[in-house]
Amino acid sequence: MIDELSHEQILRYSRHLLMPEVGLSGQIKLKNSSALVIGTGGLGSPVALYLAAAGVGRLGLVDYDTVDSSNLQRQVIHGTSTVGKLKVESASDRLKDLNPDIRIDVYNEPYTSENAMRIAKEYDVIVDGTDNFPTRYLTNDVCVMLGKPNIYGSIFRFDGQVSVFYAKEGPCYRCLFPEPPPPGLVPSCAEGGVLGVLPGTIGTLQATEAIKVLLGIGQPLIGKLLLYNALDMSFDFVKLKKNPNCRVCGPNADIKELIDYEEFCGVPGHHADDTSAGANWDITALDLKERLALTPNLILLDVREPHELEIAAIEGAKNIPLGEVAQRMSELDSAEEMIVFCKRGSRSARAIEILASAGFKKMKNLKGGINAWAEEVDTSLPLY
Amino acid sequence: MNKIKLLFFATIRDRAGTKQMDLEIPDNLTIQELKDKLSSDYPKMAQSMKSVLMTINREYAFDEQIVPQNAEIGMFPPVSGG
Repeated sequence: MIDELSHEQILRYSRHLLMPEVGLSGQIKLKNSSALVIGTGGLGSPVALYLAAAGVGRLGLVDYDTVDSSNLQRQVIHGTSTVGKLKVESASDRLKDLNPDIRIDVYNEPYTSENAMRIAKEYDVIVDGTDNFPTRYLTNDVCVMLGKPNIYGSIFRFDGQVSVFYAKEGPCYRCLFPEPPPPGLVPSCAEGGVLGVLPGTIGTLQATEAIKVLLGIGQPLIGKLLLYNALDMSFDFVKLKKNPNCRVCGPNADIKELIDYEEFCGVPGHHADDTSAGANWDITALDLKERLALTPNLILLDVREPHELEIAAIEGAKNIPLGEVAQRMSELDSAEEMIVFCKRGSRSARAIEILASAGFKKMKNLKGGINAWAEEVDTSLPLY
Repeated sequence: MNKIKLLFFATIRDRAGTKQMDLEIPDNLTIQELKDKLSSDYPKMAQSMKSVLMTINREYAFDEQIVPQNAEIGMFPPVSGG
């Protein structure tokens, strides 16, 4: 235990020290505390920045991705100069510049049932900044089993949710959502888009809750879910209850150790190829180019939203957004071969599932979507 | 009959095509029965009913709870973005 602050640290944290709720003893508490930030993306960026700035003595960062320029609209811990670098390295460099006093541990690996307990047990609080359901259930179960608070935040387009799941004192994530949504029902940020500042709002709320929990001050969102909508600028609070039938924190819990979360959610979590409809259905952009040279009137079905056609389009393609495919399939001829595509291949894979269950057989999924087409065939189109 | 107000959020708002809706439902309907009714009346919302967080007057509601008179029912789907 380091129970003193240097003169430099006293100056650095003086605005904290001035408040009796933090004070010198609170600042020392922060210095001796630790937080694990899972994901260094939209939520993880503000969380890690503010926890580092606040002087939380040890931060763990988990991510396995590299920085892409499409991240920079919201993932403010990274920068143009770090595009292509490992996210944990990019984030760690920024945090060391922000606060050289703190210890930063990076875990450049997917967060899975194999490593989750080992990593999480080192930290006082766990901050959930992940971007998929399997990892969210995993994070929840790890926190329940280790008895640690899970500072939860989640976003979709203009909506955000924040809570503190601390099973010792209140409900956990599974109490609220015992069952994951059907695969494919909830679009990711990559498919559905997200307002860039939204994770800033939600992530700073998570950082606030993490600091309160570490200091033991105020009323953290235990037993409460905060629901934010940026368009309405509305903040709603919902009172939560512990679910007596909860499979992980209830009195008759049957989940005693970590499970296979990808199987539980029916979707791949990490480094999964969700842009494929399966080898039998897929066609690459280059193969499609060859096919079109032989069969110029091949039917192309674009299942993106109409406003996406303004960004990039393939000439001659028919547009039926994924959500309307089931209702409008009478416009399509199952006898004709058809190439289905979207932005990156996952919505078209779902469209193919819908059409296949209605008896369509002669279909191909453009693997990687119009982005692959833009990279490999028509480089005049932008990637998005 | 029971006049209730439904509030939709996130993906359910997109599917419902509206932020809120007034609805008349039979008395003493449970939350689960309300979800079943919405699924059959609004097929576009059916899939979302499987994993939605339901609230009665801003408090978490279990499936077997009865919808009180003139209740405000919130429907919050899980979202996963980060």
